[in-house]
Amino acid sequence: MALIAADCVHKVYRVGDIGIHALKGVSFSIEAGSFVSFVGPSGSGKTTLLNLIGCLDKPSEGRLEVAGVDVSALDRRQGASFRGEKIGFIFQDFNLIPVLTVYENIEYPLVMVRDVPVRERTDRVMALLNAVGMIEQMHKFPDQISGGQKQRVAVARALVTSPALVLADEPTANLDHATAFQVIELMKKMRDTFHTTFIFSTHDPKIVGEAETVHTLEDGMLNGTRTRREGNHE
Amino acid sequence: MSKLLKIALRNLRRYKRRTLLTTSLVTLGVVFVLVFASVSGSFKAMMIAQNTDAMLGHLQVHRKGYVASIDTLPLNLNMKAGAVSRLERVLGEQPEIEAFSPRIKFGAMFSTFVETTNIRLNGIDPEREFATVPLLPGRVLEGENTIKRGEIWVPELLARGMKVKVGDTVVIIATNQDGSVNGKQLRVAGVLESATGPGGRDGYIHIEDAAEILRMEGREISEVAVRIRDFGRLGAFGERLAALLEKEVIPQGKPLFEIHIWEKLSPFYNIARMIDVMTFFMKLMLVAIVLVSIMNVMIMAVYERIREIGTIAAIGTRPGRILFLFVLEGLSLGVGGAILGNIVGAAIVFVLNASHITYDFGRQKDLLLRASVSPADVLVLSVIVIAISVIASLQPAFKASRMEPIKALKHV
Repeated sequence: MALIAADCVHKVYRVGDIGIHALKGVSFSIEAGSFVSFVGPSGSGKTTLLNLIGCLDKPSEGRLEVAGVDVSALDRRQGASFRGEKIGFIFQDFNLIPVLTVYENIEYPLVMVRDVPVRERTDRVMALLNAVGMIEQMHKFPDQISGGQKQRVAVARALVTSPALVLADEPTANLDHATAFQVIELMKKMRDTFHTTFIFSTHDPKIVGEAETVHTLEDGMLNGTRTRREGNHE
Repeated sequence: MSKLLKIALRNLRRYKRRTLLTTSLVTLGVVFVLVFASVSGSFKAMMIAQNTDAMLGHLQVHRKGYVASIDTLPLNLNMKAGAVSRLERVLGEQPEIEAFSPRIKFGAMFSTFVETTNIRLNGIDPEREFATVPLLPGRVLEGENTIKRGEIWVPELLARGMKVKVGDTVVIIATNQDGSVNGKQLRVAGVLESATGPGGRDGYIHIEDAAEILRMEGREISEVAVRIRDFGRLGAFGERLAALLEKEVIPQGKPLFEIHIWEKLSPFYNIARMIDVMTFFMKLMLVAIVLVSIMNVMIMAVYERIREIGTIAAIGTRPGRILFLFVLEGLSLGVGGAILGNIVGAAIVFVLNASHITYDFGRQKDLLLRASVSPADVLVLSVIVIAISVIASLQPAFKASRMEPIKALKHV
């Protein structure tokens, strides 16, 4: 069974009296363990789609299942629990908690979301600090590390709960080219190590090629899917 | 919980100036209330002690109807021998009573052979009176601090006006309830400091001299002053004693006695009440200070951290935990302010006491200010501040917990 199955998903936002049709009947499926990218220009619906997959928002029409759960059926509390268990998030602006150290930022979901025992927490955080190469900076605060390092910490934080899926909305937008590649490589490596599905959105053509499957969104519609082995198909 | 507290405290440290300002405001409020309660409490305690321990006793029992006419000191409303025995039996059976003292009160003429004036007198049994109102001997400015048969304590103002000194002989002339006039020579044994309150300018003689002057044939008294062991339980004991004395009736079935606790006998009870009301309003101001300052700082905190709230909500932090996180921040501000305020307040009270500040109360001069911080005051203030801190944080915290992560993440 696919990890994510979208069937004719629509999303309409209301701004005053005007309805903005952000997604217009999008259908796709994503298998577990994939490394998938949604690409498209600004306003094409990438962030909207990622928000729906991340259970931060609900479709206006159509059906979207994530890990076998219909996201439309989750209320606020259930949505929070589901995200805490199944989904990791990486943000464009890193969104680390400024008052917590690198170690504590990675540990945060295990304490505040999952109530994991101390010993297990330490093991998991240390393993991820090692994996993302941030062990030396573990006692530093976010304002004491670089953008690339922040995003490494964000990757570790997203993975610490062993989620089925990690969503990254424009994870390289605030990074220079070299660092952006390093972060994408790190995400790929983490996918290989932890078998977690990674979905990221980008409009940077230079890193699009790093994804194994690329869905192109234009004006709220899926306008093509390309996989590295099979080539382009509509 | 400890992690949440750590995050809350670090968030407070993040905005050092704001946290310092808010904590200072709460501290200042607590200091004001604590010092005010301590100083006014000291004044109130002195005032009550002056009334109860130097003049009135904790409560008084009279024949029914006496207090309504107390200004005329009506001899026809004295308790007769039978009633006195009944009353003493009831009072003697009460373990809560420490001492009680019978008094004969009457108005008389005071003559120095040269000048004459009027005087209100209390006939007392010295030993029992001093056990009931232990501060009375302390009011003797000159002379002996006890009183024997044939002696009189003259109030200060009267002694000064009539140029009477200790050792002088004076004559007391009084009319008894049958209209017969009698007089007796007495030696001035002491001059009594005037006290502010009912009976504060009365003279004192021995109870047997009073009975002799008034030509009483049997035992007769005007009132019984009572001192109980636990002043804090005066109200409850007064009610119980009133119920017991209600059973003592005259043949017509009407009650024989009436009982009044000091609060009903002294106008200073209203001043004591006013002090309580002022303290209450000070506490109300403290509530307003804590409420406004903490709510303001928490609203700012939520507004400034909307994206952060969006992030922690997006990664799965439950709304309840987000609410708790912000409440903990407000609570920490309140706890900090309460602790600091109590410490600073106690230090100020200590300095006030060490400075030996004196004040006047009515005609009493140079009374020493003895402010004290009671554990109950500290506890009540701390509970008020902490509870209000939580209440003030609830609205902003609730708002934070109800934020849509998607909107919060978009916030600039």
